[in-house]
Order: sequence, then C-alpha cells, then structure tokens
Amino acid sequence: MNDMTPTREQRTAALEGMGCKRKRVEDIRFTQGKGNYVDDVKLPGMLHGDFVRSPHAHARVKAIKTEEALKVPGVLAVITAETLKTVNLAWMPTLAGDVQMVLADGKVLFQNQEVAFVVATDRYAADDGINKVEVEYEPLPPLVDPFKAMDHNAPVLREDLAGKTTGAHGPRKHHNHIFEWTVGDKDLTDAAFRRAEVTIKEMISYHRTHPSPLETCQCVCSFDKVKGELTIWGTFQAPHVIRTVVSLIAKLPEQKIHVIAPDIGGGFGNKVGAYPGYICAAVASIVTGKPVKWVEDRIENLTATSFARDYHMTTEIAATKEGKVTGLRVHVLADHGAFDACADPSKWPAGFFNIVTGSYDFPTAHLTVDGVYTNKAPGGVAYRCSFRVTEAAYCIERAMDILAQKLGMDPAELRLKNFIKPEQFPYHSALGWEYDSGDYHTAMRKMMETTDYAALRKEQADKRAAFKRGETREIMGLGVSFFTEIVGAGPSKNCDILGIAMFDSCEIRMHPTGAGIARMGTKSQGQGHETTWAQIIATEIGIPADNIMVEEGNTDTAPYGLGTYGSRSTPVAGAAIAMAARKIKAKAQMIAAYKLEVHEDDLEFDIDGFRVKGLPEKFMSMKDICWAAYNSVPPGMEPGLEAVSYYDPPNMTYPFGAYLCVMDIDVDTGVYKVRRFYALDDCGTRINPMIIEGQVHGGLTEAFAIAMGQEIRYDDTGNVVTGSFMDFFMPTMVETPHWETDFTVTPSPHHPIGAKGVGESPNVGGVPAFSNAVNDAFSFLGSTHIQMPHDFWRNWKAAKTLGAVA
Amino acid sequence: MAKTHVTMKVNGAEVEGLVEPRTLLVHFIRENLQLTGTHVGCETTHCGACTVDLDGMSVKSCTVFAVQADGSEITTVEGMANPDGSLSALQEGFRMMHGLQCGFCTPGMIMRAHRLLQENPSPSEQDIRMGMSGNLCRCTGYQNIVRAIQYAAAKLNNVEFKEAAE
Repeated sequence: MNDMTPTREQRTAALEGMGCKRKRVEDIRFTQGKGNYVDDVKLPGMLHGDFVRSPHAHARVKAIKTEEALKVPGVLAVITAETLKTVNLAWMPTLAGDVQMVLADGKVLFQNQEVAFVVATDRYAADDGINKVEVEYEPLPPLVDPFKAMDHNAPVLREDLAGKTTGAHGPRKHHNHIFEWTVGDKDLTDAAFRRAEVTIKEMISYHRTHPSPLETCQCVCSFDKVKGELTIWGTFQAPHVIRTVVSLIAKLPEQKIHVIAPDIGGGFGNKVGAYPGYICAAVASIVTGKPVKWVEDRIENLTATSFARDYHMTTEIAATKEGKVTGLRVHVLADHGAFDACADPSKWPAGFFNIVTGSYDFPTAHLTVDGVYTNKAPGGVAYRCSFRVTEAAYCIERAMDILAQKLGMDPAELRLKNFIKPEQFPYHSALGWEYDSGDYHTAMRKMMETTDYAALRKEQADKRAAFKRGETREIMGLGVSFFTEIVGAGPSKNCDILGIAMFDSCEIRMHPTGAGIARMGTKSQGQGHETTWAQIIATEIGIPADNIMVEEGNTDTAPYGLGTYGSRSTPVAGAAIAMAARKIKAKAQMIAAYKLEVHEDDLEFDIDGFRVKGLPEKFMSMKDICWAAYNSVPPGMEPGLEAVSYYDPPNMTYPFGAYLCVMDIDVDTGVYKVRRFYALDDCGTRINPMIIEGQVHGGLTEAFAIAMGQEIRYDDTGNVVTGSFMDFFMPTMVETPHWETDFTVTPSPHHPIGAKGVGESPNVGGVPAFSNAVNDAFSFLGSTHIQMPHDFWRNWKAAKTLGAVA
Repeated sequence: MAKTHVTMKVNGAEVEGLVEPRTLLVHFIRENLQLTGTHVGCETTHCGACTVDLDGMSVKSCTVFAVQADGSEITTVEGMANPDGSLSALQEGFRMMHGLQCGFCTPGMIMRAHRLLQENPSPSEQDIRMGMSGNLCRCTGYQNIVRAIQYAAAKLNNVEFKEAAE
C-alpha cells in the first residue's frame, strides 16, 4: 500500500451509498426546465380534449345537443355516454369494486361531473366547443349531508344499483349504503366498557380535503390503427396497474398497450386512480386516429378528480381511573361521494383504518365503518398517507387527548403509560395487525427532553393564569402526537388490487465497464427515486451510485410493479432492489472466486469488491468483476450480470414518531402562530437523510394546511365553495412554520435493509399535532373537542362560544 | 379567429409568432416557442409555476396575454444557466439545499428568486418568505427553498454561506 491507496472511509464515501446525503440526480434537469412532464409531450397532429361538466349536484340529463358545438372551427368530435356505449365504456369499474360513469348516463350525481368530451385541434377551440354544447337538466334534490344519507326518505342516488342488496363488500342496508366493515371483538369490547371506571365519547370529524399536487391529472393517448397499439403518457403513480385496467376494460391485448409515466409534478395519492379523462382521451384517439391530450385545470382537479378523508368517527375509550386504557370502540360514517372510487387494496373498503388502536396496548377494540353515497365527487384517495391511516391516527390521537383531559392527566404521560412496550414486539393489535418493531418510550422521551416539554407546560399554566387575570388575550396550546403508521402494502396474503398481489420489483443490469441500469415497478413523483434507489444498489454491490442509472415509469421496460403511494416504495420496492442486488452480488462472488482461484466461501465482501479472507492483497473490485462477467465466467456459467427480483413482503412496516406543536392563539381575532414544531421520526434504516428531512418538511406543511384550513366544502345544494386556490387553503412561505426534525432508528426486522418508509409519516402525525395544539389551547376554557379545520374564523368562533370573547 | 403578429426577445433570442388575441403568454412560450420549462399549475395567478421575468419584473405568464408582451424582453428558466452551460448560483443552490422535489414549481421559484435577488441582493429569511409568497410548493415545505436562495445570495455576494441554525 502507498499513500495514494484510498482508505476504507474514502472507498465507502466514493460509493455514495445508503446513509449518505447524496445530492439528487433529478435536479440537474428540473432546475433547468428540462423535465419532461405530460403536458410537455407534443405529438404531430395532436388534438385536445376537454369536458362539459355538470353545474348541478344531482339532476336528470334530459338531452345533450352537440350540433352547434360541432360547427365551431377546430372542433372535430363531441363524445357523450351514447358514443361510449358503442364501445361499452360508458361506465368503468372502480378500484373499490363499484362502477362509475365515465360520462353522464341519464343523470349527474355531483357538481362538475363529466357530461361530454369535446375534441378539437387545440385547447382554445375545445373550450369554444364546450360553450356550445347544450345540456338540458331536470334538477333533483341533492344529498349533501352524509348523516342524512340513510334516512328513509333520502333521495335515491344510484339508480343503477336498484334492487342490489349486496355490494362488493357485503350487504347494503339502504339504497345509499355502500358497505359495512367490522373488525374486532364486539362482545369483549362491550364488556370492557361496562366495567370501565372512566369512559369518553366524541364524534371526531376529519373533513373532506384534496391532495392537489401542483401538476394536475393529465394524459396523452395515441392509438396506432395499423399496429393496433395504444400508447398512453400519463400522470400515473401506478403505470402497470393502469395498463392492466385499460386492457381489461378496453379489451385490448395488454402487450399492445404502452403506458409511460414521465416526470410527475407531485401526486400525494391524486394520481393513483383511473379517471374519465383517461378513458375519453383513449376513445377519442381511437375514434379520430390522432393523438389526444387531456389536461385538467385546477378547478376540475379540486372538484372532480378525487378527494381525501371525509370520515366522521364516533370514538369511545374505556379506561381505569389511573389512565390505563381497557377498550376502544369506533364507528365511522364514511362519505364516499357519488361512486365508491376509493383507491384502497381491493379487500379493504376502509383501507387500514384498523390501525386505529395506534401506539397503545388496547386489550380489546371494535370498529365498524359504514360507507355511504352522497352528491359529491368520488374518490377517497390516500392523500399523503397509507390507506385511511391518517384518519385513524387523527382519531386515536385526538381521543387520547380527550381522555387525558377527562382524567386530569398530562397527554404525554397518558401516552407513556399506555404505549406498547419494546419487549412486546412483534405486537399483535386488538384489530388484527402485527406491528414489526418499535421503541415508543425512547422516542417520546427524546421529544420531551429536546423541547423541554415540562418547561412549556409550566409556561402554559402561567399564561392561563394571566389570561384569567385579564393580563393577556393570548392562549397557548401544546399539541402532542405520537403516531404509528402501517405502510408498505403489502403481503399477497391480504393485499391486492383487482386481483394483482401488491408485490414490487426491480431489474438490475450491470454493463461491462462497471456501470448499470436499474428499473423498478415504482414511480417517483418527487421522492427522488433516481437518487435513492441507486444508493441502495451502491451499498449492496459496491458500485458507485453515480454509475447506476435508475429508470421508472415505462411499462415496456420496467418489471411489473404496483407503483408509488402509501409509503410503499421503500418497504416493498426498496426490498426488491436489495434482493436483486444480492443476486448480482452472489453471481459476482462466483466470478471473483474463479478469477482469484479460491473457493467462493473463502471470499468476503469488502465495500467495493471481494477479498480473500486472510489475504488482503488478493482482491477483485466489483468493477473488474463486471468486466469479467462478459469475458471470463466460470465454466458452465452463463455470461452477463443481471438480475430480477419480485418481492412479496412478509409483513407491513410500522414507522412511528413523536411530534410536538407549540401554538399561540389570539382569542379576539382567532389568529394563531405556530411558535415551534418538533418532529421526531423513526422510519428504520435511513437511506438518504437529506431526502428524509425534505419529505418530513413537505408532509408537515401538508398537515399544517389540512389541520388549519384546507377543505373541500359544499353548500347545502351541493355546490363546491372551495374550488380554486383562492378558497382552498394552500400555505405560502409566509404562513408555513419553521420545522425542526429529529430521529431515532428502529430497523424493521423483516425488511432486507431494515427500512420502513417515511414520506407520509409527517402528514399522519402532523395533523393531530396541530389539532391537539388548538384543542389544548382552548381546553381550559371548557371545551373538549373543536372540529378541524382550525382557521382564524373558527378559532374566533370557538373563543366566542366558550365565552372568552364578548 | 384573426391572429396578431408579435415579436419578443426571449432568453436573448429574437422570436416572433402569430397569436390569437386571447392566447396566454404561457401558451405562447410553451406551445409556439417549445420552451416547456414554464409550467401551468392553476390558471388563476395563485401558484406561480408559470413565473417568468418580463422587462425586469416577475410576471405570472398564465394571466398575461401574449399580445401584451409584444416587444418585451423575457427570460424563462431555460435562460438561467451560466453561459458555459453550468448551473447558475440559484440552480446550484436549489440542488445543494434540496430545494425541490417533484420539480414542477421549481422553474417559477427560480425565476422569482432571480428577480428577488436583483431587487434585494442580501435578503433576510423574512424578506425571502415575503418576496416569494406568490409561489406555491406542495413538496418541500419551503424551508429548503429559503436555504437555496440564501445559498445563492451568499455565492453571488462572494461571502461564505452559513446555514441557519436548525
């Protein structure tokens, strides 16, 4: 060795593998405006399609007159449900086992529902055409309040389901009922409540909101009549699933469908489902023989393509006087809108809401969810969370605070008293999950020490006293939140989408010069997969991350995968990447043994190559092994160095975290100020701390938006009143608080690299932290629960209701 | 619809085109000039993804008609790299400080930040947050965008970039 020989640290650093704050490879193109998003796709002769939409929430469609529209210069076609019926596509199946109108068939069921699709030479001409389509409506009584959906005299929304007493998830109790889903032991839970020394009961609502990524949903469909092939560029979080769905419903051979998800401008769950725009653009391309682009505008995005939440959760906890929880009972009324288009694994009509026991050792629990139809947009997507997990986390974290208030205990102390203990993992929850790993007490105590929680409580007590003395008009709230997520859907034993098990995949091909390409079934929408996936491979096989090109989003080249949502990419595809890399490494070891003339058991992997045990100078680098794979493999071995892995996870992963929000509220104006926000996340092994921190910042900002004002609200007649960024709260840099991040590391025992996923934790844990801060601030004035979102007006109203404002 | 002839200087090059009076500047830039770095996020002047620099002002090109920009000088994100093709201080700052994720708001952020630093070469965090408040981001939570702009300001001022305490 001489002075120029790199040290072990230098060799490790050169890989830019796991644990390193590698700068993102994506940023080179994005910072120069050279990304390639769907609306950037331009094809020769491309047409534009746009929708005529319903102004009514509920109405019969008596007639659609298209003659005048077809006279508009540039308009080539107007597609209606009647057109679609000729190809049997007037309705489409939803991921939740329901059916949904692609275009209004006889009636409309929500405002801005798609009624007709105008195809024109450019987007301006399409808009001219829309203005000339005449639709005759007969308004019907709208059903807006989900609590009235199952009244005996409630209007019939879904006439297509007349007489159907069974839906995709069992019996239907009423013409507007979709499903009832029950989990847990009712008798044991009822008994726990009968014996309980203390109980609480509260109806906790999680309002309707929307993921609203900055890029809306869009696609370009191009049908080649000669080859019979359909190519779709689209904003798809799950491109392979889209290919299969299109094949099944359009009856096209799957090998003749090419789905390409190019760069995606944010997803947050909005881009998982299949929307009428995709179907109409595809049909329009088949009809016209030309490529057709569909780009929704922001109002369409907010009002028609999906929503999130709208869960109304009647929550009860039974406990001892000392604050030990003994039972949990939750009934959810779930407003699904006009069609059940929830993007959940097929067997889970309420997603994984049965994670609602949270981080606590509930001996028994019982959960019932009733889904109902209303005259609102369909959807129910997982907006930056695993399926219905943020609803569950909000429910239990709010309820624990309410219990603490009733017991006169500190909310943090109550949580510490009821946490699942480290030695209880793997832990079997009362509602059926097996939590993989956790150390909740350490995380909570670290949060309390770092923020000096005790001092903050003291300050709050002083401020409350001062408020009562009339010395201040400001109140202070501490929002504690301790969440456990369930992500990484999921094991084939209980997770599928339309019958396809929710595995994920990776293919790695190493090239002779020590470089390679890796392809996955996932699709980044900003998570930075091109950067982090290469880091996993770099550490596993000892090739610098810079030498690995990551490609996602092309169904012709990538192995089949279920896509990116529900924080599943790292738990599932991340595992597939590690397993594919290990196959590469195993073959590389055989090649190295042959070249170094030793038995492969005599070799050990050492950062970036294989070394003969006990003979440090006998070493072969992975780079050299790559070359050898193409010219001198052992006799009988196939040349080349590539591998494919499909990973069916044995279990979900369970990230967790401890958050604290410190908030001051002026009672006379309702204006709040987030003084401090601390977020400790445990996502197991950390692949790229820079990206994790970025994910946490972003998720917290979305949580802040949701908790403090972001809402899709309807008036009594079913008009959306928050249909643009003027009314739908999107925090700017000015409102957004400063974020403090921290972490502990409790690896997942069943994941090849111990990683759990993080992208959604901050949204799941953040919403209860903000809401608990507001509720904690007002609690000393006599309130138990104030519904979200906590905007200035509602805060002022709460202060007034509680008598703090004259 | 009758078309109007417009000429502009975009990223240093003279360009011209025929547009309808109602054609939005962003569509002229994206469709006629094929400069697709400028994005459309809301069509209502809220999100700022379409921000360009027009005659020394930050302008949201989704609510300006192309005919209004006739005779003007425009810079888009495609005109921001250094003359040798390397990343400018701002572009580098966004990358180094992880100031972007999906990249959709980034061109507008960079264009607005570019003008902000012309107006105020040494902005405080408060100045940045106020000056950038017309640009929305759904991914980053803004904190790293603030750091990216501070990084660029330091580099342009030839002073050492000091990260604000967490």
